[in-house]
Amino acid sequence: MVLELFIHVAPMVVGIWMSFIKLTQLYIANWSAAPFLGFGNYSVALDFNAAQGSSLLRSFFTTCIFTIFVVGISWVLGMAAAVALQRSFWGRGFLRTLFLIPYAVPMYAGIIAWKFMFQQQTGAINFILSSLHLVGPDTKPFWLIGSNALVSVIVVAIWRMWPFAFLMLMAGLQSVSEDLYEASALDGARPFRQWRSITLPSLGQVNTVLLLVMFLWTFNDFNTPFILFGGNQPPAGDLISMHIYNASFVNLSFGFGSAMSVLLLLFLLIVTGIYLFITNRRSKDA
Amino acid sequence: MRLRNFAAVATVAVVLVATAACSSGGGTGGTAGGKTLTYWASNQGTSIANDKEVLAPVLADFKKKTGIDVKLEVVGWNNLQTRINTAVTSGVGPDVVNIGNTWAPYLSATGAFLPYDSANMTAIGGKDKFVPTALATGGEAGKTVTSVPLYGLAYGLYYNKKMFSEAGLTPPTTWEEMVSDAKKLTNASTGVYGMGLEAGSYTENVHFAFITAEQNGASLFNGTKPDFTSTGVVSGVKRYIDLMQTDKVVNPSNAQYTNGTEASADFAKGKVAMIVNQDNADALLTSNGMTSSAYGVVPIPSPTGGKNVSSGIQGINLSVFKNTKNKDAALQFVKYMTSASTQGILGKPYASIPVLKGVTPTFTDDAAIAKTFSDVYNNRSRPYPLVPLEGAFETNVGNALNGMFATIATKGTVSIADVKTAMQAAQDKTNAAG
Repeated sequence: MVLELFIHVAPMVVGIWMSFIKLTQLYIANWSAAPFLGFGNYSVALDFNAAQGSSLLRSFFTTCIFTIFVVGISWVLGMAAAVALQRSFWGRGFLRTLFLIPYAVPMYAGIIAWKFMFQQQTGAINFILSSLHLVGPDTKPFWLIGSNALVSVIVVAIWRMWPFAFLMLMAGLQSVSEDLYEASALDGARPFRQWRSITLPSLGQVNTVLLLVMFLWTFNDFNTPFILFGGNQPPAGDLISMHIYNASFVNLSFGFGSAMSVLLLLFLLIVTGIYLFITNRRSKDA
Repeated sequence: MRLRNFAAVATVAVVLVATAACSSGGGTGGTAGGKTLTYWASNQGTSIANDKEVLAPVLADFKKKTGIDVKLEVVGWNNLQTRINTAVTSGVGPDVVNIGNTWAPYLSATGAFLPYDSANMTAIGGKDKFVPTALATGGEAGKTVTSVPLYGLAYGLYYNKKMFSEAGLTPPTTWEEMVSDAKKLTNASTGVYGMGLEAGSYTENVHFAFITAEQNGASLFNGTKPDFTSTGVVSGVKRYIDLMQTDKVVNPSNAQYTNGTEASADFAKGKVAMIVNQDNADALLTSNGMTSSAYGVVPIPSPTGGKNVSSGIQGINLSVFKNTKNKDAALQFVKYMTSASTQGILGKPYASIPVLKGVTPTFTDDAAIAKTFSDVYNNRSRPYPLVPLEGAFETNVGNALNGMFATIATKGTVSIADVKTAMQAAQDKTNAAG
């Protein structure tokens, strides 16, 4: 019990306490001297007309777009792959392994490889695009700076995330009886109809958990933007966890960074609560 | 009820323990007896491996003389500041560390470094051995310094002699001449450009925000308060980014150059005719296949009517973490590193301008280049603002400029109003750090 409190609750409590004090570079070597600010850090974070608040808001919306695309596309890819590999056929084991590779590759190595591929002058992506004559030699796009940065980070995050969706859905599909498909085939159901009426309902519980977990991981994703942009993210790829990290560790404004973290925590708690409330009620109704 | 009370008490206890642990955090790196020091060196040579080679004999000699073992880690520029910030925050770090001298004021304000008060200063050989302008960069204005100069550096404009003579040009003496020369030397269809910039490096960019502002007679700080939106500062930044935007003498791909070496490599390979660099470029240029006699250096020119400023007082300083368990050994090490003999050994590989009085420069064999940089360092350099918000100024203004170059490279435009808006945002963020 004490151990649980120490490991789990104490960092949160310290974080919340930090958000109420003026913990800047002048005080980080001696926290106890930092003046108490009350909700001062929060009012700066939520003042959307000033530079700090508006950049936080923009970062929040960027993260929402990022999360919708990453979770949505990862789920679709994972589902397609899981359904495709549901029946036994020659080479299935190989394809399963192949699909899981992005999940098995050490995260740092994988994302660094993407970073090289996204280089403007020498990267593989622009090489392929210009070989296919999709872009001219003088109009090679930048992928890691400017507005394309969001596309790049979404692609890399999907690459990391979809094998997880695939793995979970594949496990879920193991429990669906073959008999159901055979019976429905006798009734003349086509594959899409089978998927909608048998596969999807059978995966209800798995999907509930899977979508929630993917949402939380993606919204909080720090590694992908940090490694891809080397700690210096362009505005278009300014995801919220990096935004908070920069305020804390680059500008040494830990109080302000903590206040933003607490706001993020509250947002995620509320979304999770609503989500679980709705899905629980629906499963009770069913 | 009893359980809830217990939980409440336990929570309070845990919080108290946690805060106590946070505020006391001790230094690392000391074995008993103080015979081992941990030292973070900055990347001064052509690569991190090269730095290890250069420093190994120096550290071995130190061990022979004092019996103190130095555990070396060379940290790259792209994450040195973050590593130091994290060490300052957590209280877990090395005993001795190299810092960019412009960080000295804000790191001094954190209180994490040992002040060189009279006793400590005496222990490292006294303040009189240092060049006063170099020592003045060691901390906050009017306070005891928390860092001492190790290597002195200055900016210069490197030009390719052959490309200039073939085009019938002489090295520029004004900013306008520099731009018109660069235009004549630019041929985008062959991929040759007049100038190369590390346009994605916030540390490089912020130096030019400072230099161009100083050339315009503008100041980035009003007392200790940031003042980034004055006409002089904004038009200086505009002049600098216009090298890529309207003058089109910089390849837009330079917006992705982040680690301080790519533009030099382009210069060495004849893809650009001019670069702005500190005086330690030679090792990098020769390692990329350029001979030292193929380039010349002149001061970075000012616009006509502007002030003659070509550089900040650049350099690397040496600090000791206050919570070191090996204070005496650390001070001995600082004394050794800032001694005339060690400075003489490291001056050449690191192309360092002497920070000690009466030491002959060894950073180049080329008398003209030595004269240019000595002139820049002594007569055409200005100190960076010695205020606690200097660190936040560097990251926020530097990143704002990175963003402007990124906009230009991706076919956007940055107007004077856009510069002002971005500088205002940087100023707000900098203020928040105080």
